[in-house]
Amino acid sequence: MSQSHRIEGGQIDRSKTLRFTFDGLPYLGHPGDTLASALLANGVRLMGRSFKYHRPRGPLSAGSEEPNALVELRSGGRQEPNTRATVAELFDGLEANSQNRWPSLRFDALAINDRLNAFFAAGFYYKTFMWPKSFWEKLYEPMIRRAAGLGSVSREEDPDSYDKGFLHCDLLVIGAGPSGLMAALTAGRAGKRVILADEDFRMGGRLNAETFAVAGTSGADWASAVVAELSTLPRVRLLARTTVLGAFDHGIYSAVERVSDHLPVPAAGKPRQVLWRIYSDRAILCGGATERPIAFENNDRPGIMLAAALRAYANRWGVKAGERIAVFTNNDDGLRTASDLKAKGVEVVAVIDSRDGEEVIDTHGRLGLKTIITRDRKGRTREIRVDALGVSGGWNPNVNIHSHHRSRPVWDASIAAFVPGAEGPPGLMVAGAAAGVLSTHGALRTGRDAAISALGLTGAMDLPEAEDAPISVSALWHVAHGKGRAWIDQQNDVTVKDIKLAQQENFTSVEHMKRYTTLGMATDQGKTGNVIGLAIMAELTGRSIPETGTTIYRPPYTPVALGALAGRSRGKEFKPYRLTPSHHWAAEQGATFVEVGNWLRTQWVPKAGETEWRQSVDREVLATRKSVGICDVTTLGKIDIQGTDAGAFLDRVYANTFSTLPVGRCRYGLMLREDGIVFDDGTTARMGEHEYVMTTTTANAVTVFRHLEFCRQCLWPDMDVQLISTTEAWAQFSVAGPNARRLLEKVVDQDISDAAFPYMGAGNITVGGLRARLFRISFSGELAYEIAVPVMRIEKGHVAGGELNGQSTALNMGLGRMVSKKKDSIGMVLSQREGLTDAGGYRLVGVRPVDPKAKLTAGSHFLEKGAAAVAANDGGWLTSKVYSPHIGSDIALGYLKGGDSKIGTRMRAVNLLIGQDTEVEIVSPHFLDPEGERLRG
Amino acid sequence: MIIHHPILGPRDAQEFVYLGDASLINRPDGMTAGVEAFHDYAYNRDNPAGDHRELWYHEQGDRSWLVVTRNTVTHEIIKVELARDVARAQGRSK
Amino acid sequence: MASLMAMTALGAREAAVVTVGPLSIAERVDVAVASVAVRRGRVLAAGVIPQPGPSRWEAGKPFSAFWVTPDMWFVEADFAAHELLADGLKASFGDAASVTEQTDAWVIFDLSAPDLAPVFERLCNVDFQALPEGYATRTVLDHLGVYLIKHGSGAARVYGPRSSAQSLLHALKIAARSAF
Repeated sequence: MSQSHRIEGGQIDRSKTLRFTFDGLPYLGHPGDTLASALLANGVRLMGRSFKYHRPRGPLSAGSEEPNALVELRSGGRQEPNTRATVAELFDGLEANSQNRWPSLRFDALAINDRLNAFFAAGFYYKTFMWPKSFWEKLYEPMIRRAAGLGSVSREEDPDSYDKGFLHCDLLVIGAGPSGLMAALTAGRAGKRVILADEDFRMGGRLNAETFAVAGTSGADWASAVVAELSTLPRVRLLARTTVLGAFDHGIYSAVERVSDHLPVPAAGKPRQVLWRIYSDRAILCGGATERPIAFENNDRPGIMLAAALRAYANRWGVKAGERIAVFTNNDDGLRTASDLKAKGVEVVAVIDSRDGEEVIDTHGRLGLKTIITRDRKGRTREIRVDALGVSGGWNPNVNIHSHHRSRPVWDASIAAFVPGAEGPPGLMVAGAAAGVLSTHGALRTGRDAAISALGLTGAMDLPEAEDAPISVSALWHVAHGKGRAWIDQQNDVTVKDIKLAQQENFTSVEHMKRYTTLGMATDQGKTGNVIGLAIMAELTGRSIPETGTTIYRPPYTPVALGALAGRSRGKEFKPYRLTPSHHWAAEQGATFVEVGNWLRTQWVPKAGETEWRQSVDREVLATRKSVGICDVTTLGKIDIQGTDAGAFLDRVYANTFSTLPVGRCRYGLMLREDGIVFDDGTTARMGEHEYVMTTTTANAVTVFRHLEFCRQCLWPDMDVQLISTTEAWAQFSVAGPNARRLLEKVVDQDISDAAFPYMGAGNITVGGLRARLFRISFSGELAYEIAVPVMRIEKGHVAGGELNGQSTALNMGLGRMVSKKKDSIGMVLSQREGLTDAGGYRLVGVRPVDPKAKLTAGSHFLEKGAAAVAANDGGWLTSKVYSPHIGSDIALGYLKGGDSKIGTRMRAVNLLIGQDTEVEIVSPHFLDPEGERLRG
Repeated sequence: MIIHHPILGPRDAQEFVYLGDASLINRPDGMTAGVEAFHDYAYNRDNPAGDHRELWYHEQGDRSWLVVTRNTVTHEIIKVELARDVARAQGRSK
Repeated sequence: MASLMAMTALGAREAAVVTVGPLSIAERVDVAVASVAVRRGRVLAAGVIPQPGPSRWEAGKPFSAFWVTPDMWFVEADFAAHELLADGLKASFGDAASVTEQTDAWVIFDLSAPDLAPVFERLCNVDFQALPEGYATRTVLDHLGVYLIKHGSGAARVYGPRSSAQSLLHALKIAARSAF
């Protein structure tokens, strides 16, 4: 198709032609086009179907406020729904499709909803689909979602990468229209560090869409010259294609830069988008203003656009939106559209100015505007044949970001619009149209002055000459006429009738009205519709607009791709990995790894011929019980604690005593929270008079260190204690089993006989001359020099994650006697509370099935024989279970009410979820060698 | 948020871990105070809409515990002190 | 007697050198590291190590040092000459200091490029461009707690947790591809 609606001029590069498709049909455009401008240039104005009524829609605007022209771009993994055609930058090969229609955009079966509109008024969800309740989830909601959809997703993985980053500046300027350019230039020339961000791919804002002169040249040329100068200033950073999304605390702003959205595929290694976190000393919101429409019957047809959008398409993109154009306005700015279009040779057939008493009352044209009906002050109507209508109801300052800290905009009657309120985010100023200063001269002046004031600069540079037309607007929100529907929020299909219904049903506060009608709750956040809706509510309730008030905005300013929020953190890069020192060796052996926090821990190392994991694990366990096993325990937290008060400090943070531990020995330590619940445990060795090494569980390594720093700095600030983590400094292996010593003797240079290195001994040794540490500790009940696989942990009844659940006391774990009452320690006092010392309370017990073949399941509950499986009879639960090849059956640990008096009795372990009911024997949690002879050998 | 660390200057709150009310510094002596006093210490907090003294830990920084006086309504930070200094000023020692 | 073979944090025999565009990332396995903390009320023997103030790194011979927390520094030395750095420092300071060996707790990468700011702005919140030379800070770099020392606009050293050496190197490479 030829570019039938292309006219002269504009900031497009006609020397290059870009090919693209829309709904499969091929079209041509030029660099500088948006998808919307290129489609309009090709005479295409029907671009989508509305959300609820499936009404045919074309673009309303030429910018990011667009409610209607939402399309799907690209295909496959890059398919991108709900993209505003008005901001999608055209590139060669762009594939675009309309959405929310079936079977085609021109014939959409669900357009029947439009005929059934009486059923779809505000609140219809709440009223229509109330009963029966069970239908909601299974029938109504899926049905509504199918009918009232936006775009679709491909369900393929996005092949592109997204990045995140951090920027710092003296001044962040949000928006690069006349006020933003002037603010950035003022600050930049003063040598300040400036970031100038604009959502558009071409900086200049409205200057690119207007014909009037700035400093004797065209506004667009002046903007280009300023951008060129700014780009030479080393401390100024220009971020085009970058939307500032929100204002956060203390000068932090977020912004998304669309690095590669305008390219078919990002360059190698480059991200599609970058989410920036911007730290600013000061910021100026130069976000401009958004034109608002006027509500009249059938004001949503393709071809009916905002007046300033019509002239933007003509002036910036060399596109006429129609052959015969009319303008309907309540202010002088609308008249500019008529004169600009006429100057471009476009036929302007009517200018309807409500200030003269004439209004548009209705329109016709099924898939696009064909005629408008007007009515003059004497009530005479006329029908005018037009294919485009520009509507201007005045301009709303873009206060959005200023209200992100809950600042309420205030009503300015002189421009009939809300302007930023007094208490915005600290450090943020507002200039130009965003502040309600709507002339070009005013924008330049307030931009400059805001920069001077924000940064405390002296000396103001001269302002370029520019138009300074006074604002003449006479508020007109909707045209009262007939019974048809007049749209306010085109994206969510909210009409004047819906506002009336909300008022009749007493949803008159703006917050209620918003939620009842869904006004402003679509992806455009009601940028064009909100103010009209609340103004109509004000009329209906007889209140003024300030009395009616306004809703406020939240981040993000425009929709953001989830990929940008995730950044690099997805898939395998979701988080960093931590690898143990033996990882590379284990990987070579074909080991299986398990994620424990960020650690990848070796789970088992299969040998040739082993086909399932139990074979490998059983072999490893039995080898350890019969001979020797090795396990990398580097993941355990290790904290070096030194200082003359180190022993006294440990007495305070552990429930048991460490100051009496001899040098060269280690001891199991139990750490409580202040509320008396067990926090962590591990062995701590005394390496010197004032030097200890604490071991923590892998999971609590960070929180224990934090807790120790809290104790050291906040509770006992004068103790002489120094802390440093050494978790990663030592590769630590557990060597366990009857032959552990014989193995170690082959590598350790010193004498480690039982006499020289007794049970619970600790010391510095060397291995082949290399410095090393040896701790003779055992969590497996074997002769050992560290901990082993989980199955052995349970055979020896040692607690871990399942038992350290944030609810258990030392008493629950059978460790009550470890809590020394002879000294003050964290948690000592509250662990003695009545509720925590109840003799009938939970106690750690061991569990084995009476029938060795029977299965146990962690999470099963204890019941007495014959008791009904109801909560009242619950005796406790199994916290962890494993198969013990040594014992030859499943074994488990559990918390059982009054468990210490039930050792030797039989109960049931019941799991209703999987239908398991197993007779069990309650035994000591120390299944193996309860007297500890093996580990002392 | 930005926390003005007394030693390191302005730092992003993302580097910190929040604990809660700075009254946690006032731990009773376990050898003399009873369960009631510890119960009050461990569980009872004011929840002001306004200025609040609270403990923040600079985990991804220099590991200092800070007492930050922050307005819970506006997030304005009025004062930042080293918790160790606050503890000493309140008579805590060993 | 056992015969042990040293392995780098990346699981190799040799230190890694990676180039991405103008950026060079060199793993350093020739640096010995120890933490030195002054005990309460004590003073360190003068002239042994530099004792720079907060956020500072200070060069010295044979020991350089950077501040990590009040009254604590990380001391850097040549590994070949000072493999037993912690033992040596303990001997120098006696009971005036708590000294802990840190050599194998970290992977060290030296970064160089004409300008490193574009890489760091995609990795951490540090304002690299504005920092003075010799600035040393802990920061979060792609989820990892690291120490970053600026030696110049085109030279920096990153200390990362040894167990995450691969993840850290990967993050540096991805950021460099994105930035340059």
